[in-house]
Amino acid sequence: MKRIVPLWITAIVGLVLIVSNFLPGTRSWGEEATTWFGIIAAVAFVLGGGSLLKVHLKKISDRNSGWAYSMIVLGTFSATLAIGLFKIGVAPNPSFPDVPWSGDVQGQGTPFWWVYEYVFKPLTATMFAMLAFYIASAAFRAFRAKNFEAVLLLGTAFIILLGRTFAGYFMTSWIPVDGPFSGLRLEELSVYIMQVFNTAGNRAIIIGIALGIAGTSLKIIMGLDRSYLGGGD
Amino acid sequence: MNLIDRMANLDRRWIFLMMGLAVGIPIIVIGITGKTLPEEPTPLAQAAFDVLDGLEPGSRILMAWDFDPASEGELGPMATSFIRQCAQKGHRMYFIALWPVGAQMIRSSTSRVIGGYYPDLVYGKDWVDLGFKAGNEAVIKTIVTDFAQYFPTDARGTSVNAIPMMEGITSLADFDALVNASAGYPGSKEWVLYAATPLKKPLIIGCTGVQAPQMYPYVPNQVQGLLGAIKGAAEYESIVNNWVRSEQLLDALESGGITEPTSSELAARFAAAPSEAVTWTTEAAAASMSPEAKTKLIELATAPIPGIFLEAQRRMGPQLVAHLLMIGLIIAGNIVFFATRRRGGSQ
Repeated sequence: MKRIVPLWITAIVGLVLIVSNFLPGTRSWGEEATTWFGIIAAVAFVLGGGSLLKVHLKKISDRNSGWAYSMIVLGTFSATLAIGLFKIGVAPNPSFPDVPWSGDVQGQGTPFWWVYEYVFKPLTATMFAMLAFYIASAAFRAFRAKNFEAVLLLGTAFIILLGRTFAGYFMTSWIPVDGPFSGLRLEELSVYIMQVFNTAGNRAIIIGIALGIAGTSLKIIMGLDRSYLGGGD
Repeated sequence: MNLIDRMANLDRRWIFLMMGLAVGIPIIVIGITGKTLPEEPTPLAQAAFDVLDGLEPGSRILMAWDFDPASEGELGPMATSFIRQCAQKGHRMYFIALWPVGAQMIRSSTSRVIGGYYPDLVYGKDWVDLGFKAGNEAVIKTIVTDFAQYFPTDARGTSVNAIPMMEGITSLADFDALVNASAGYPGSKEWVLYAATPLKKPLIIGCTGVQAPQMYPYVPNQVQGLLGAIKGAAEYESIVNNWVRSEQLLDALESGGITEPTSSELAARFAAAPSEAVTWTTEAAAASMSPEAKTKLIELATAPIPGIFLEAQRRMGPQLVAHLLMIGLIIAGNIVFFATRRRGGSQ
């Protein structure tokens, strides 16, 4: 029963979504299914929170390596959740001064805004900015012209790296814009590579992925692929 | 130990230091001098501008801000310029987010641009913040036919029935164009697949450098304008800045008695070269303008552009030096590699 019911739900919803795309009279069925998805997505936030608690509480109780980090995760998670959920420090909406929880939790100056502005924002921005340092290190150690394909890749990378900055314009600005060789200007070459070579390669990949998704979806709808249910089936 | 051996064993902290300096020094220099590098707009950035410029004032533009602070460096300046062009043109802006912190991105960009430079725009009449909705592409698929199902209220909790600019909005089909600033999933691709393509609506995308190659296949039939990374943002920003300035100059010239088509030609010329406005006001052609009108014209032509509208162009400086450093590091790494291989050593 634990497996049969989800299999039927998947098969029915999958079929409804396919049919609603091809038969105009059944379009409302598809809309109904996507509404359910919206509700499930909202509930997933609660499940996600529960899962986070379970994983990290177990890690702390087992004293696994890095358990102190789990404590930080749980502490910040609980504090942010409480601040947002109970609207701590939020003044009532001026239109409804007698309703204590009527204020805007994300309004400027609220504790929730403070957490976002001074904790979340700088931390995420810092994490992303650190990529530049690791990419530079990788460029020095890993980007080798070992064979012909690697040389082509290197050449393309140089054109794109230069063409996406003023250096590209500066280095080839002597080539007349209206002349027959204007396509050799680095900024033009980088656009050409992106619009022609990249587009051709990406279209092939997109079509391949789409066919793969269609095939996998059919297997899931027909119950042949049950890996999403877990349990190694 | 010779130079090759030293480079082969180079501590990566030296590379980190070089990258830190490559980014930090241009930031400081640009901050002190205020100078930015010139930008030559590519056709894709121009197309993004033309889509919004070609719509009648008052058109309904859906602005989907699907990014977070991690990608704010690339997408924030795009969001700023999108809002500026729409606000200047008089379009009605409807903000939504499919990313949880997209709601904060909407607040941040609207408060900086609309709050700071277009205070006359009325909330609920000229722009509305509909906030974040969970559900990824399911949100798009639903609002394609039923907008109110996911957005019964705005981000402040006001019913959409009480918001004047929501009148007549029943689905995505009621919008004149879609603008999306995207850092991943859900984002640009979902807007292409589930909204712009079935509805055949103009779609402008501003995305991160990592995403841009995946979006090129949809240009130009499904995506009409594409801004890739900070380079695309800088190009679009320079187009919008020039356009806003030429619009202001056109108003000043026409209120000073200069008529079309001379006024348009002069406005475009002065926007590109502000010093020419000073010279022109001393010539006989400007004799019909009053001294006050001339002063206003010179002020508008030479007024510095606010920093908020130069963010992308300023960031091109650090990008230039960082890219040159990357090329240098790749070349150096290969020299070490081939020198070591020639000696028969192993890396």
